[in-house]
Amino acid sequence: MAILEVKNIEKHFGSTKVLEDVSFSLEEGSALAIIGSSGSGKTTLLRCLNFLEKPDGGSISVKGEKLFDASDEADWEKNLRKKRLHFGMVFQSFNLFPQYTALENVTLAEKLLAQERPDFKQNKKEILAEIENHGKELLAQMGLSERMGHYPHQLSGGQQQRVAIARALALKPDILCFDEPTSALDPELTGEVLKVIRGLAEQKTTMIIVTHEMAFARDVADQVIFMDGGVIVEQGDSREVIENPKEERTKQFLSRYTQE
Amino acid sequence: MFWTVTQSLLSGLATTFEIFILTLLFALPLGLVFAFASMSKWKPLRLLMQLIVWVVRGTPLMLQLIIIFYGPGLWLGTNIWSGGEAGRIAATVVAFAFNYACYFSVIFRGGIESVPVGQREAGQVLGMTRSQIFFKITLLQMIKRIVPPMSNEIITLVKDTSLARIIAAYELTFAGYSFMKSDGLTWPLFYTGVFYLLFVGILTLLFNYIERKLDYFR
Repeated sequence: MAILEVKNIEKHFGSTKVLEDVSFSLEEGSALAIIGSSGSGKTTLLRCLNFLEKPDGGSISVKGEKLFDASDEADWEKNLRKKRLHFGMVFQSFNLFPQYTALENVTLAEKLLAQERPDFKQNKKEILAEIENHGKELLAQMGLSERMGHYPHQLSGGQQQRVAIARALALKPDILCFDEPTSALDPELTGEVLKVIRGLAEQKTTMIIVTHEMAFARDVADQVIFMDGGVIVEQGDSREVIENPKEERTKQFLSRYTQE
Repeated sequence: MFWTVTQSLLSGLATTFEIFILTLLFALPLGLVFAFASMSKWKPLRLLMQLIVWVVRGTPLMLQLIIIFYGPGLWLGTNIWSGGEAGRIAATVVAFAFNYACYFSVIFRGGIESVPVGQREAGQVLGMTRSQIFFKITLLQMIKRIVPPMSNEIITLVKDTSLARIIAAYELTFAGYSFMKSDGLTWPLFYTGVFYLLFVGILTLLFNYIERKLDYFR
Protein backbone atom coordinates (compact mmCIF):
# COMPACT_ATOMS: atom_id res chain seq x y z
CA MET A 1 0.00 0.00 0.00
CA ALA A 2 1.15 3.52 -0.72
CA ILE A 3 2.52 5.44 2.23
CA LEU A 4 1.17 8.72 0.86
CA GLU A 5 -2.08 9.20 -0.99
CA VAL A 6 -2.84 12.67 -2.35
CA LYS A 7 -6.22 13.10 -4.00
CA ASN A 8 -7.63 15.98 -6.01
CA ILE A 9 -5.81 18.76 -4.18
CA GLU A 10 -7.07 22.23 -5.07
CA LYS A 11 -5.59 25.51 -3.92
CA HIS A 12 -6.24 29.06 -4.91
CA PHE A 13 -4.92 32.37 -3.64
CA GLY A 14 -7.79 34.79 -4.18
CA SER A 15 -8.97 34.17 -7.71
CA THR A 16 -5.68 32.63 -8.87
CA LYS A 17 -5.77 28.87 -9.12
CA VAL A 18 -2.43 27.53 -7.93
CA LEU A 19 -3.21 23.84 -7.74
CA GLU A 20 -5.90 22.03 -9.64
CA ASP A 21 -6.92 18.43 -9.18
CA VAL A 22 -3.47 17.23 -8.10
CA SER A 23 -3.40 13.52 -7.32
CA PHE A 24 -0.53 11.14 -6.83
CA SER A 25 0.65 8.42 -4.53
CA LEU A 26 4.02 7.46 -3.16
CA GLU A 27 5.36 4.07 -2.16
CA GLU A 28 7.31 3.65 1.04
CA GLY A 29 11.04 3.86 0.43
CA SER A 30 10.75 5.57 -2.92
CA ALA A 31 11.76 9.04 -4.04
CA LEU A 32 9.56 11.34 -6.06
CA ALA A 33 10.88 14.37 -7.91
CA ILE A 34 8.59 17.24 -8.82
CA ILE A 35 9.80 19.37 -11.69
CA GLY A 36 8.35 22.35 -13.49
CA SER A 37 8.96 26.03 -14.05
CA SER A 38 8.59 28.66 -11.34
CA GLY A 39 4.98 29.35 -10.49
CA SER A 40 3.82 25.91 -11.56
CA GLY A 41 2.61 25.11 -8.05
CA LYS A 42 5.38 22.74 -6.93
CA THR A 43 6.27 24.63 -3.79
CA THR A 44 2.63 25.24 -2.89
CA LEU A 45 2.02 21.52 -3.18
CA LEU A 46 4.84 20.79 -0.72
CA ARG A 47 3.54 23.47 1.62
CA CYS A 48 0.11 21.85 1.53
CA LEU A 49 1.63 18.51 2.46
CA ASN A 50 3.40 20.12 5.42
CA PHE A 51 0.20 21.85 6.52
CA LEU A 52 1.72 25.28 5.97
CA GLU A 53 -1.05 26.02 3.48
CA LYS A 54 -4.58 24.79 3.75
CA PRO A 55 -5.80 23.21 0.51
CA ASP A 56 -9.23 24.26 -0.71
CA GLY A 57 -10.12 20.81 -1.88
CA GLY A 58 -9.01 17.20 -1.88
CA SER A 59 -7.54 14.88 0.70
CA ILE A 60 -4.17 13.72 2.04
CA SER A 61 -3.64 10.32 3.64
CA VAL A 62 -0.52 8.88 5.18
CA LYS A 63 -0.31 5.15 5.89
CA GLY A 64 -4.02 4.85 5.28
CA GLU A 65 -4.87 7.53 7.84
CA LYS A 66 -6.71 10.51 6.46
CA LEU A 67 -4.83 13.59 7.68
CA PHE A 68 -6.70 16.13 5.63
CA ASP A 69 -10.07 16.11 4.00
CA ALA A 70 -11.42 19.33 2.57
CA SER A 71 -15.01 18.17 3.09
CA ASP A 72 -14.42 18.21 6.86
CA GLU A 73 -13.98 21.92 7.64
CA ALA A 74 -13.48 21.69 11.39
CA ASP A 75 -10.79 19.10 11.06
CA TRP A 76 -7.89 21.38 10.05
CA GLU A 77 -6.78 22.69 13.45
CA LYS A 78 -7.22 19.35 15.18
CA ASN A 79 -3.89 17.69 15.94
CA LEU A 80 -2.22 20.00 13.45
CA ARG A 81 1.14 19.53 15.13
CA LYS A 82 0.87 15.74 15.14
CA LYS A 83 -0.15 15.72 11.49
CA ARG A 84 2.78 17.90 10.52
CA LEU A 85 5.17 15.42 12.11
CA HIS A 86 4.41 12.87 9.40
CA PHE A 87 6.32 15.15 7.06
CA GLY A 88 9.77 16.65 7.26
CA MET A 89 10.63 19.80 5.35
CA VAL A 90 13.89 21.13 3.99
CA PHE A 91 13.49 24.70 2.82
CA GLN A 92 15.14 26.42 -0.10
CA SER A 93 16.55 29.09 2.24
CA PHE A 94 17.53 26.58 4.98
CA ASN A 95 15.71 28.52 7.74
CA LEU A 96 18.12 27.37 10.41
CA PHE A 97 17.68 29.03 13.79
CA PRO A 98 20.55 31.53 13.94
CA GLN A 99 20.87 31.61 17.74
CA TYR A 100 21.48 27.87 18.01
CA THR A 101 24.50 25.78 17.08
CA ALA A 102 24.25 23.15 14.38
CA LEU A 103 23.68 20.47 17.00
CA GLU A 104 21.11 22.54 18.89
CA ASN A 105 19.26 23.17 15.64
CA VAL A 106 19.01 19.43 15.09
CA THR A 107 18.00 18.51 18.65
CA LEU A 108 15.73 21.43 19.65
CA ALA A 109 12.43 20.06 18.34
CA GLU A 110 13.13 16.57 19.61
CA LYS A 111 13.90 17.92 23.07
CA LEU A 112 10.71 19.95 23.12
CA LEU A 113 8.68 16.95 22.03
CA ALA A 114 10.32 14.80 24.68
CA GLN A 115 8.92 17.10 27.36
CA GLU A 116 5.49 15.71 26.50
CA ARG A 117 6.57 12.17 27.29
CA PRO A 118 5.05 10.88 30.54
CA ASP A 119 8.42 9.56 31.74
CA PHE A 120 10.30 12.77 30.93
CA LYS A 121 10.65 13.99 34.51
CA GLN A 122 12.01 10.69 35.83
CA ASN A 123 14.42 9.96 32.99
CA LYS A 124 15.23 13.50 31.95
CA LYS A 125 18.99 13.01 31.84
CA GLU A 126 18.89 9.78 29.85
CA ILE A 127 16.32 11.09 27.39
CA LEU A 128 18.25 14.29 26.71
CA ALA A 129 21.53 12.42 26.36
CA GLU A 130 19.88 10.05 23.92
CA ILE A 131 18.57 12.95 21.84
CA GLU A 132 21.98 14.58 21.91
CA ASN A 133 23.59 11.38 20.63
CA HIS A 134 20.97 11.01 17.95
CA GLY A 135 21.69 14.56 16.81
CA LYS A 136 25.43 13.91 16.70
CA GLU A 137 24.88 10.76 14.67
CA LEU A 138 22.75 12.61 12.16
CA LEU A 139 25.31 15.39 11.77
CA ALA A 140 28.06 12.80 11.37
CA GLN A 141 25.99 11.14 8.68
CA MET A 142 25.85 14.54 6.94
CA GLY A 143 29.64 14.79 7.18
CA LEU A 144 29.45 17.59 9.74
CA SER A 145 31.06 16.02 12.82
CA GLU A 146 33.56 18.88 12.92
CA ARG A 147 30.88 21.55 12.73
CA MET A 148 28.44 20.62 15.49
CA GLY A 149 29.26 23.58 17.70
CA HIS A 150 29.19 26.13 14.89
CA TYR A 151 26.45 28.70 14.50
CA PRO A 152 24.66 28.91 11.15
CA HIS A 153 26.42 32.12 10.09
CA GLN A 154 29.77 30.34 10.53
CA LEU A 155 28.78 27.65 8.03
CA SER A 156 28.74 27.67 4.23
CA GLY A 157 25.41 27.41 2.45
CA GLY A 158 25.98 23.77 1.67
CA GLN A 159 26.81 23.01 5.28
CA GLN A 160 23.76 24.92 6.47
CA GLN A 161 21.52 22.96 4.17
CA ARG A 162 23.00 19.70 5.41
CA VAL A 163 22.28 20.77 8.99
CA ALA A 164 18.72 21.52 7.87
CA ILE A 165 18.44 18.02 6.42
CA ALA A 166 19.69 16.53 9.69
CA ARG A 167 17.18 18.68 11.56
CA ALA A 168 14.34 17.40 9.39
CA LEU A 169 15.48 13.80 9.82
CA ALA A 170 15.73 14.11 13.60
CA LEU A 171 12.01 13.68 14.09
CA LYS A 172 11.94 10.59 11.85
CA PRO A 173 9.25 11.80 9.48
CA ASP A 174 7.42 9.30 7.28
CA ILE A 175 8.07 11.47 4.27
CA LEU A 176 10.89 13.96 3.83
CA CYS A 177 10.16 16.93 1.57
CA PHE A 178 12.77 19.08 -0.13
CA ASP A 179 11.81 22.45 -1.56
CA GLU A 180 14.46 23.28 -4.15
CA PRO A 181 17.20 22.37 -1.68
CA THR A 182 20.04 23.61 -3.87
CA SER A 183 18.50 26.69 -5.50
CA ALA A 184 19.97 29.10 -2.96
CA LEU A 185 23.46 27.60 -3.25
CA ASP A 186 26.46 28.48 -5.36
CA PRO A 187 26.99 25.87 -8.07
CA GLU A 188 30.12 24.51 -6.36
CA LEU A 189 28.12 23.82 -3.19
CA THR A 190 25.16 22.02 -4.74
CA GLY A 191 27.16 18.82 -5.18
CA GLU A 192 27.65 18.16 -1.46
CA VAL A 193 23.93 18.60 -0.77
CA LEU A 194 22.85 16.43 -3.70
CA LYS A 195 25.28 13.76 -2.55
CA VAL A 196 23.63 13.67 0.86
CA ILE A 197 20.17 13.39 -0.68
CA ARG A 198 21.42 10.65 -2.97
CA GLY A 199 22.70 8.82 0.10
CA LEU A 200 19.27 9.10 1.71
CA ALA A 201 17.67 7.68 -1.41
CA GLU A 202 20.03 4.72 -1.27
CA GLN A 203 18.92 4.11 2.31
CA LYS A 204 15.33 4.01 1.05
CA THR A 205 14.19 7.22 2.69
CA THR A 206 10.74 8.17 1.41
CA MET A 207 11.21 11.56 -0.20
CA ILE A 208 9.56 14.21 -2.30
CA ILE A 209 12.05 16.53 -3.95
CA VAL A 210 11.11 19.71 -5.75
CA THR A 211 14.11 20.43 -7.93
CA HIS A 212 15.50 22.09 -11.02
CA GLU A 213 18.35 19.58 -11.27
CA MET A 214 17.08 17.36 -14.05
CA ALA A 215 19.96 14.90 -14.13
CA PHE A 216 19.67 14.51 -10.40
CA ALA A 217 15.91 13.93 -10.60
CA ARG A 218 16.44 11.33 -13.28
CA ASP A 219 19.16 9.44 -11.41
CA VAL A 220 17.92 9.63 -7.85
CA ALA A 221 14.12 9.69 -8.04
CA ASP A 222 12.04 6.66 -8.87
CA GLN A 223 9.10 8.72 -10.05
CA VAL A 224 8.85 12.16 -11.59
CA ILE A 225 5.93 14.54 -11.72
CA PHE A 226 6.01 17.42 -14.17
CA MET A 227 3.77 20.31 -13.19
CA ASP A 228 2.68 23.28 -15.19
CA GLY A 229 0.07 25.90 -14.35
CA GLY A 230 -0.98 24.12 -11.18
CA VAL A 231 -1.77 20.78 -12.79
CA ILE A 232 0.18 17.56 -13.16
CA VAL A 233 0.95 17.35 -16.85
CA GLU A 234 2.87 14.12 -16.80
CA GLN A 235 3.97 11.60 -14.22
CA GLY A 236 5.76 8.31 -14.35
CA ASP A 237 9.08 6.55 -14.10
CA SER A 238 11.76 9.20 -13.75
CA ARG A 239 14.00 8.03 -16.60
CA GLU A 240 11.02 7.62 -18.85
CA VAL A 241 9.56 11.09 -18.20
CA ILE A 242 12.85 12.95 -18.44
CA GLU A 243 14.32 11.11 -21.41
CA ASN A 244 11.17 10.33 -23.39
CA PRO A 245 8.47 12.77 -22.36
CA LYS A 246 5.10 12.13 -23.96
CA GLU A 247 3.42 15.49 -23.47
CA GLU A 248 4.26 18.49 -25.61
CA ARG A 249 4.58 20.81 -22.60
CA THR A 250 7.00 18.45 -20.87
CA LYS A 251 9.13 18.29 -24.01
CA GLN A 252 9.23 22.09 -24.23
CA PHE A 253 10.19 22.43 -20.58
CA LEU A 254 12.92 19.79 -20.72
CA SER A 255 14.39 21.09 -23.96
CA ARG A 256 15.38 24.27 -22.11
CA TYR A 257 17.52 22.19 -19.80
CA THR A 258 19.18 19.99 -22.45
CA GLN A 259 20.09 23.02 -24.53
CA GLU A 260 22.13 24.45 -21.71
CA MET B 1 26.05 72.29 52.48
CA PHE B 2 27.50 69.95 49.88
CA TRP B 3 26.76 67.00 52.12
CA THR B 4 23.19 68.16 52.77
CA VAL B 5 22.58 68.52 49.05
CA THR B 6 24.14 65.13 48.33
CA GLN B 7 21.95 63.45 50.91
CA SER B 8 18.86 65.12 49.56
CA LEU B 9 19.71 64.21 45.97
CA LEU B 10 20.42 60.62 46.95
CA SER B 11 16.99 60.36 48.49
CA GLY B 12 15.53 61.87 45.30
CA LEU B 13 17.54 59.39 43.27
CA ALA B 14 16.04 56.54 45.28
CA THR B 15 12.55 57.66 44.25
CA THR B 16 13.64 58.18 40.65
CA PHE B 17 15.14 54.71 40.63
CA GLU B 18 12.03 53.21 42.16
CA ILE B 19 9.80 54.77 39.50
CA PHE B 20 12.21 53.69 36.79
CA ILE B 21 12.48 50.05 37.85
CA LEU B 22 8.80 49.56 38.63
CA THR B 23 7.78 51.18 35.35
CA LEU B 24 10.05 48.83 33.41
CA LEU B 25 8.89 45.83 35.41
CA PHE B 26 5.27 46.45 34.40
CA ALA B 27 5.73 48.11 31.01
CA LEU B 28 7.90 45.37 29.46
CA PRO B 29 5.40 42.49 29.83
CA LEU B 30 2.42 44.79 29.27
CA GLY B 31 4.09 46.06 26.10
CA LEU B 32 4.40 42.49 24.86
CA VAL B 33 0.71 41.87 25.54
CA PHE B 34 -0.13 45.09 23.70
CA ALA B 35 2.12 44.04 20.82
CA PHE B 36 0.25 40.75 20.45
CA ALA B 37 -3.08 42.56 20.73
CA SER B 38 -2.05 44.91 17.94
CA MET B 39 -1.19 41.90 15.75
CA SER B 40 -4.35 39.98 16.65
CA LYS B 41 -6.36 38.31 13.92
CA TRP B 42 -9.49 39.67 15.59
CA LYS B 43 -10.06 43.08 14.10
CA PRO B 44 -11.92 44.79 17.01
CA LEU B 45 -9.00 44.07 19.34
CA ARG B 46 -6.52 45.38 16.79
CA LEU B 47 -8.53 48.56 16.32
CA LEU B 48 -8.91 49.05 20.08
CA MET B 49 -5.16 48.72 20.46
CA GLN B 50 -4.55 51.23 17.71
CA LEU B 51 -6.90 53.64 19.44
CA ILE B 52 -5.15 53.23 22.79
CA VAL B 53 -1.71 53.71 21.27
CA TRP B 54 -2.91 56.77 19.39
CA VAL B 55 -4.35 58.40 22.52
CA VAL B 56 -1.40 57.52 24.74
CA ARG B 57 1.26 58.57 22.25
CA GLY B 58 -0.75 61.57 21.17
CA THR B 59 -1.08 63.26 24.55
CA PRO B 60 1.61 64.49 26.95
CA LEU B 61 2.75 62.07 29.61
CA MET B 62 2.47 64.88 32.13
CA LEU B 63 -1.20 65.32 31.30
CA GLN B 64 -1.80 61.58 31.67
CA LEU B 65 -0.06 61.64 35.02
CA ILE B 66 -2.20 64.51 36.29
CA ILE B 67 -5.41 62.79 35.17
CA ILE B 68 -4.45 59.47 36.74
CA PHE B 69 -3.41 61.07 40.02
CA TYR B 70 -6.23 63.57 40.51
CA GLY B 71 -8.95 62.00 38.33
CA PRO B 72 -10.13 59.22 40.65
CA GLY B 73 -10.49 61.60 43.60
CA LEU B 74 -12.46 64.10 41.54
CA TRP B 75 -14.75 61.59 39.83
CA LEU B 76 -15.24 58.98 42.52
CA GLY B 77 -15.07 61.30 45.48
CA THR B 78 -12.39 59.16 47.13
CA ASN B 79 -8.72 59.19 46.43
CA ILE B 80 -7.67 55.68 45.39
CA TRP B 81 -4.01 56.55 45.88
CA SER B 82 -2.88 56.20 49.46
CA GLY B 83 -1.72 59.49 50.89
CA GLY B 84 1.89 60.57 51.00
CA GLU B 85 4.87 59.64 48.92
CA ALA B 86 3.85 56.00 48.33
CA GLY B 87 0.59 57.01 46.70
CA ARG B 88 2.32 59.52 44.45
CA ILE B 89 4.85 56.95 43.32
CA ALA B 90 2.12 54.37 42.73
CA ALA B 91 0.15 56.80 40.54
CA THR B 92 3.33 57.71 38.66
CA VAL B 93 4.18 54.07 38.01
CA VAL B 94 0.67 53.33 36.73
CA ALA B 95 0.74 56.28 34.35
CA PHE B 96 4.29 55.61 33.20
CA ALA B 97 3.87 51.85 32.80
CA PHE B 98 0.80 52.28 30.61
CA ASN B 99 2.42 55.03 28.59
CA TYR B 100 5.68 53.18 28.07
CA ALA B 101 3.93 49.89 27.34
CA CYS B 102 2.35 51.59 24.33
CA TYR B 103 5.69 52.78 23.00
CA PHE B 104 7.29 49.40 23.73
CA SER B 105 4.45 47.56 21.97
CA VAL B 106 5.26 49.32 18.73
CA ILE B 107 8.94 48.44 19.03
CA PHE B 108 8.11 44.84 19.96
CA ARG B 109 5.74 44.49 17.04
CA GLY B 110 8.41 45.77 14.68
CA GLY B 111 10.90 43.32 16.19
CA ILE B 112 8.57 40.34 15.90
CA GLU B 113 7.57 41.20 12.35
CA SER B 114 11.19 41.57 11.30
CA VAL B 115 11.93 37.92 12.11
CA PRO B 116 11.62 36.09 8.77
CA VAL B 117 8.44 34.02 8.27
CA GLY B 118 10.67 31.07 7.44
CA GLN B 119 11.76 30.89 11.08
CA ARG B 120 8.19 30.38 12.24
CA GLU B 121 7.50 27.90 9.46
CA ALA B 122 10.62 25.91 10.31
CA GLY B 123 9.29 25.66 13.87
CA GLN B 124 5.85 24.66 12.65
CA VAL B 125 7.05 21.82 10.46
CA LEU B 126 9.08 20.57 13.43
CA GLY B 127 5.86 20.21 15.41
CA MET B 128 6.44 23.11 17.79
CA THR B 129 3.56 24.86 19.51
CA ARG B 130 2.94 28.56 19.03
CA SER B 131 4.40 29.41 22.40
CA GLN B 132 7.45 27.22 21.82
CA ILE B 133 8.02 28.99 18.51
CA PHE B 134 7.76 32.36 20.21
CA PHE B 135 9.89 31.66 23.26
CA LYS B 136 12.47 29.34 21.71
CA ILE B 137 12.88 30.89 18.28
CA THR B 138 11.37 34.33 17.77
CA LEU B 139 12.02 35.99 21.13
CA LEU B 140 15.81 36.11 21.14
CA GLN B 141 15.99 37.16 17.50
CA MET B 142 13.48 39.89 18.28
CA ILE B 143 15.42 41.06 21.35
CA LYS B 144 18.60 41.30 19.31
CA ARG B 145 16.88 43.54 16.80
CA ILE B 146 15.18 45.81 19.32
CA VAL B 147 18.07 46.55 21.66
CA PRO B 148 19.00 49.85 19.96
CA PRO B 149 15.47 51.37 19.87
CA MET B 150 14.73 50.03 23.34
CA SER B 151 17.86 51.64 24.74
CA ASN B 152 16.54 54.95 23.41
CA GLU B 153 13.18 54.52 25.11
CA ILE B 154 14.64 53.33 28.39
CA ILE B 155 17.09 56.22 28.54
CA THR B 156 14.21 58.59 27.85
CA LEU B 157 12.35 56.99 30.75
CA VAL B 158 15.17 57.89 33.13
CA LYS B 159 14.64 61.54 32.37
CA ASP B 160 10.84 61.31 32.13
CA THR B 161 10.75 60.31 35.79
CA SER B 162 11.30 64.00 36.50
CA LEU B 163 7.72 64.60 35.36
CA ALA B 164 6.57 63.05 38.64
CA ARG B 165 7.42 66.39 40.21
CA ILE B 166 4.10 67.69 38.85
CA ILE B 167 2.25 65.60 41.43
CA ALA B 168 4.84 66.47 44.06
CA ALA B 169 6.69 63.15 44.12
CA TYR B 170 10.07 63.87 45.64
CA GLU B 171 12.27 62.62 42.83
CA LEU B 172 15.73 63.70 41.74
CA THR B 173 14.87 66.87 39.83
CA PHE B 174 12.49 68.01 42.60
CA ALA B 175 15.29 67.48 45.11
CA GLY B 176 17.78 69.55 43.14
CA TYR B 177 15.28 72.29 42.35
CA SER B 178 14.21 72.69 45.96
CA PHE B 179 17.62 74.17 46.85
CA MET B 180 17.14 76.89 44.29
CA LYS B 181 13.74 77.73 45.70
CA SER B 182 14.71 77.69 49.35
CA ASP B 183 18.36 78.83 49.31
CA GLY B 184 18.77 80.41 45.89
CA LEU B 185 21.45 77.88 44.99
CA THR B 186 21.92 76.94 41.35
CA TRP B 187 24.88 74.60 41.57
CA PRO B 188 22.72 71.72 42.93
CA LEU B 189 20.92 71.79 39.55
CA PHE B 190 24.16 70.91 37.78
CA TYR B 191 24.95 68.39 40.47
CA THR B 192 21.52 66.85 39.76
CA GLY B 193 22.48 66.64 36.10
CA VAL B 194 25.57 64.64 37.06
CA PHE B 195 23.35 62.09 38.82
CA TYR B 196 21.29 61.62 35.65
CA LEU B 197 24.43 61.36 33.55
CA LEU B 198 25.83 58.64 35.79
CA PHE B 199 22.52 56.76 35.75
CA VAL B 200 22.31 56.92 31.97
CA GLY B 201 26.01 56.13 31.66
CA ILE B 202 25.56 52.88 33.54
CA LEU B 203 22.54 52.00 31.39
CA THR B 204 24.53 52.70 28.24
CA LEU B 205 27.25 50.31 29.40
CA LEU B 206 24.57 47.73 30.15
CA PHE B 207 23.05 48.05 26.68
CA ASN B 208 26.47 47.79 25.07
CA TYR B 209 27.03 44.63 27.08
CA ILE B 210 23.72 43.14 25.94
CA GLU B 211 24.48 43.99 22.32
CA ARG B 212 27.87 42.33 22.61
CA LYS B 213 26.30 39.30 24.30
CA LEU B 214 23.89 38.88 21.39
CA ASP B 215 26.62 39.34 18.84
CA TYR B 216 27.30 35.62 18.64
CA PHE B 217 24.58 35.06 16.06
CA ARG B 218 23.24 36.88 13.06
